[in-house]
Amino acid sequence: MDQAVRELSYAQAIQEAMAIALESDERVFLMGEDIGVYGGAFQVTGDLVERFGADRVIDTPISELGGAGVAVGAAVTGLRPIFEFQFSDFATLAMEQIVNQAAKMRYMLGGAVSVPVVMRFPAGSGTGAAAQHSQSLEAWLGHVPGLKVIQPATPYDVKGMLLAAVADPDPVMIFEHKLLYKTKGPVPEGYYTVPIGKAEIRREGRDLTIVATSIMVHKALEAAKTLEAEGIDVEVVDLRTIRPMDKETVIESVKKTSRLLCVYEGVKTLGVGAEVSAMIAESEAFDFLDAPIVRLGGAETPIPYNPELEKATVPQVPDILAAVRSLATGSR
Amino acid sequence: MTVAQAKAKNLPAGANLPFIYREYSAERLKLALHKMYLIRQFEEGAEESYMRGLIHGTMHLSIGQEASAMGICMPLTNDDQITSTHRGHGHCIAKGAEVSKMFAEFFGKTTGYCRGRGGSMHIADVTTGNLGANGIVGGGIPIAVGAALTAKRLKSDRVVISFFGDGANNEGAFHEALNMASLWKLPVIFVCENNGYGMSTSMARSTAVANVADRAAAYSMPGVIVDGNVLSEVAEASHEAVRRARLGEGPTLIESKTYRYRGHSKSDRNRYRTKEEIEDWMTNRDPIVRYENELMEFGIIDQAGIEAIREAVRKEIADGIEFAKASPSPEIRNLERYVYTETV
Ligand SMILES: Cc1ncc(C[n+]2csc(CCOP(=O)(O)OP(=O)(O)O)c2C)c(N)n1
Ligand SMILES: [Mg+2]
Repeated sequence: MDQAVRELSYAQAIQEAMAIALESDERVFLMGEDIGVYGGAFQVTGDLVERFGADRVIDTPISELGGAGVAVGAAVTGLRPIFEFQFSDFATLAMEQIVNQAAKMRYMLGGAVSVPVVMRFPAGSGTGAAAQHSQSLEAWLGHVPGLKVIQPATPYDVKGMLLAAVADPDPVMIFEHKLLYKTKGPVPEGYYTVPIGKAEIRREGRDLTIVATSIMVHKALEAAKTLEAEGIDVEVVDLRTIRPMDKETVIESVKKTSRLLCVYEGVKTLGVGAEVSAMIAESEAFDFLDAPIVRLGGAETPIPYNPELEKATVPQVPDILAAVRSLATGSR
Repeated sequence: MTVAQAKAKNLPAGANLPFIYREYSAERLKLALHKMYLIRQFEEGAEESYMRGLIHGTMHLSIGQEASAMGICMPLTNDDQITSTHRGHGHCIAKGAEVSKMFAEFFGKTTGYCRGRGGSMHIADVTTGNLGANGIVGGGIPIAVGAALTAKRLKSDRVVISFFGDGANNEGAFHEALNMASLWKLPVIFVCENNGYGMSTSMARSTAVANVADRAAAYSMPGVIVDGNVLSEVAEASHEAVRRARLGEGPTLIESKTYRYRGHSKSDRNRYRTKEEIEDWMTNRDPIVRYENELMEFGIIDQAGIEAIREAVRKEIADGIEFAKASPSPEIRNLERYVYTETV
């Protein structure tokens, strides 16, 4: 069936995915703070409450721990909740339910239950919201077996991956960069899924691989354009899922280009870049490396308020350009 | 009032008998005694197996609290669900689990309820509606509310019970969960088994209200206090809460005042309570002894009948332990099984 393709924003694509899920599956419902008449802090749920009613678009009290637990309990007993955190930072109040309960229930019970809950986390800096409303905590959750953790970078992907998440029998955590909400891209109408656990090569190149996540994919692509004029042919791999990680795509890319730069917004150390680097160091791609791996991640600081400081905290296009230029010529 | 006293006052037979004697058949009442024995002997068996090195880790015994678990579960069907706690063996058995599969779990065997992945602290039997014990104090409370949300959305007749201890009532999860359950009038019943202590810390040293049930008022739900060592009192409160829940009238908070005879877990040196206190509960308020005395007083069972139940339970326990011993252990190559749902 041909599906008409329109330009939608990332937020609209999420909303459309949720509408399709609500329409096609009675078990699906949304929960979160101010997601009803308010439409969600980032207007992602919009007017879904008018279409589907307050029973299926449920405004919760400001109770992240309790709310997440209710979603887990509903999932275990047969429903398909999509739980929205107002900001990903507030995962810290619900870590108990996410990490100890949702992630482990199936295992602890020897496979007797599944926990098909979807949790959505508006994440990242760039909005001037400072230290407690700007974090990128995906690596925290990526560290937990039992969870699946995704970071879709485009409207197309976020719709397809959200629908895949709803269909997934296990808990899926979606980190949505807030600066992506207004970005636009082609999105087919109707139902489709984009697989969880599969990276995507956004740009093919010969000289160097950038493995990027979320908004950094776009920054990497922008840098790649500039670098093309300089004769540096960059391959950009959009990781899309950090758990389970698509090792094969990254390994194959690095074997081809022999150089690896990881770009991600979360704090640089002990994060996604560390995992990708270690994974390459442990793989057959290691022997192909012509230069040490380079990581560009968030600074070792809380996100500051001042806009210049805020920008300096996370990798920007000039940082990527500089890193690629030095890495492309560097050697072991 | 006893049957004899009722007769003397010319009341209709049984009019003033405690609740369960009016509500349940003699068979059900005897089965309740059977299960209370099963809980106690299961835990004694588990304790002994632990001492002998057959079970590793730790465990939290509910010996002394049997009437609480049993009374709450009496009005429930297999379709009703519970979330349980680290002190959850009694809940599991009262809800209908088989002791053989529980022993197998404690022994870490593949035939156990959790295929050896959960142990005592995560014991569950989803087939009889037990969504699992929990290693996190208060962790099961919001989950029960979520299960009740499912029950309401699917328009099922199901109710959900959340068991937790007195210590858990000071967790944020308790307060968030009670608020939402009441707000949305969900078919969930919060059962606080107040055994006086959260590990070493007494209610008086931890909790700003005298009774956990007092907190129900803050969430506009009934708060009911029962003697958790009197089966009929517990069952009656549960019955009423279940009735309310099934009618869509929302949650109830039941505080069941009871006592654990054993230490908190295997590491307890009992420095926070006196021997006299423990002995008083054991000799004067034991829930099984009290129930047995009632049953005999009301002519429902005699000494021989009680001995027959004890003997049957002893055999069930011995068979269960044998089953567990003879069962296979999980294979190391299956270590990562059940982390995610296998899609075939
Ligand atoms: C969140 C959390 N904090 C602390 C503990 C350690 N802990 C386990 S049981 C317990 C006492 C709980 O007391 P209560 O709720 O009264 O239950 P009881 O043990 O008396 O049955 C504590 C402190 C834990 N497991 N989880
Ligand atoms: Mg206690």
